[in-house]
Amino acid sequence: MNLLIDIVIPIVKILIIAHMLIIGVMAMIWSERRVSGWIQDRLGPNRVGPQGLLQPIADGIKFLFKEDLIPNHVDKPLYVLAPAMLLVPAMITVAVVPFGSSIELFGETINLQIADIDIGVLYILAITSLGVYGVVIGAWASNNKYSLLGGLRSSAQMISYELTLGLAIIGVLILSESLSLRDIAIAQGEGVWNCFIHLPAFLAFTTAMYAETNRLPFDLAEAEQELVAGYHTEYSSMKFAMFFMAEYMNMIVGSAVTVTLFLGGWHFFGLENIGGEGSLLAGLISFAIFFVKTGIFLFVFIWVRWTLPRFRYDQLMNFGWKFLLPVALTSIVVTGTLWIVTNGSQLWIGIGNVVAAFIVISIVAGIFMVDNSKKTPIDNTVGSPLSGLDAIE
Amino acid sequence: MTAEHILFFIFGGVSLIGAISVISFRHPIYSALALIVTFFTQAGLFVLLGAHFVAAVQIIVYAGAIMVLFLFVIMLLNLGTLSLKGVLSGKLKGFAIILGILLAIEGIYIAVRIRDNQNTAVASSEVAPDTSYSISEIGETLFKDYLLPFEVTSLILLAALIGVIVLVKRENQPEN
Repeated sequence: MNLLIDIVIPIVKILIIAHMLIIGVMAMIWSERRVSGWIQDRLGPNRVGPQGLLQPIADGIKFLFKEDLIPNHVDKPLYVLAPAMLLVPAMITVAVVPFGSSIELFGETINLQIADIDIGVLYILAITSLGVYGVVIGAWASNNKYSLLGGLRSSAQMISYELTLGLAIIGVLILSESLSLRDIAIAQGEGVWNCFIHLPAFLAFTTAMYAETNRLPFDLAEAEQELVAGYHTEYSSMKFAMFFMAEYMNMIVGSAVTVTLFLGGWHFFGLENIGGEGSLLAGLISFAIFFVKTGIFLFVFIWVRWTLPRFRYDQLMNFGWKFLLPVALTSIVVTGTLWIVTNGSQLWIGIGNVVAAFIVISIVAGIFMVDNSKKTPIDNTVGSPLSGLDAIE
Repeated sequence: MTAEHILFFIFGGVSLIGAISVISFRHPIYSALALIVTFFTQAGLFVLLGAHFVAAVQIIVYAGAIMVLFLFVIMLLNLGTLSLKGVLSGKLKGFAIILGILLAIEGIYIAVRIRDNQNTAVASSEVAPDTSYSISEIGETLFKDYLLPFEVTSLILLAALIGVIVLVKRENQPEN
């Protein structure tokens, strides 16, 4: 019995989640192309299988059977290692995400989550911060200046937006008084979803996540017009596919984390309790709710891609440091203060957050625009982490 | 031989290999990566001790932030492979030998102390492997008992930050 609970069930959970991630990546590749086609009023791939559903499998087979080319000028060990260094953090982040409530099987309560650790949020921040190595090492090992520039851009971007990512969560942590993702989700089921209480922090977090996953409008690391394909220029066949998969996995995990932290996790107005708490039905429904919420969030990813054009590099840095960071910092101060002053009233914290964010953005925008009118756009890059790159270029 | 023992030897072993690799690789990028491996496995050791928070902070601060900057600097300076000749010459060689001997003596001393007296603070470890310190306990200790040192540290860091900005700031160019 103990063996079952301690070993078999975690392994089953890990297998299910790992496979769901990989199938999720395939589903994302398909829906990205089909939704892109739909947004651009064309069909997209619809030949392989019904509605083109087997297209990702065809792509996968193509990647596997392509020649595994390693250019002569690369640093071979690191060149081979880099895709794995990006893929592994993307995969293991999901370990702490609760993807449903708990079910009772064999007389034991089983949480629908691989590991409920008390530092869940810190674990996610720690592991996502390791993802940058795959990009940097891949870029450097390629021994190609476009790759290197792409990698440096990407890492500067990820470091800058990681700050916002981490700080925007703190308001949520103050209210839920826990770092465990399961506790945060449960707290939202009992009260209001965090996205309503921490609206500015939610928007800042989402924006920072788009930057962390290198998606448009923040995909400067692979800006085709400037850098060929950025850090994966020299990669082909399955190694390129691993970079590709890691990007989509990051999106899926990022969406799942956002849903857990801000959008109520597996809760949806009591729907998750149909069939009684702990029953198999309730577990499956909660899982389905989580799945749908994550799917909607992923759809927004694709939607944004075809709605917003890419930022210029100095705009990217200014946006991250001058707008998102102040908004995230304000949310901490306001939430903390109001939590004590109003004795934890969610309504007042929600209102206070929006008002304070509005004031801060107005002030920053005022300073920024006065600043901007005096200078040429080039001067804004001064002081950014990559200003030294001008000399190298 | 419990699972914890096996994990300890895996983490400890990889940590040692990583630490030795840092000084044996000729190329700085490889050394930096080996150092990241060492930090990461040390975080694993912290988890085995029940110090989850310290483990997370170890990865976030050292493996995630500081080493990225290291790699940045190494790449931007475009440091090539070092030759052993240039590094181990002249006075440096003497220093290295003296410090190495001192370190070895220290290590032997600690090892002997632990073996002789299993009840010293190091060996019995007030942090028993089974107790895990929750974050709320750490928070309370940090913000109640050690509030003043904490604030002073953050002020020092702030001063360092401002100092760096002042040092690298370009002089205002005349208006065109």
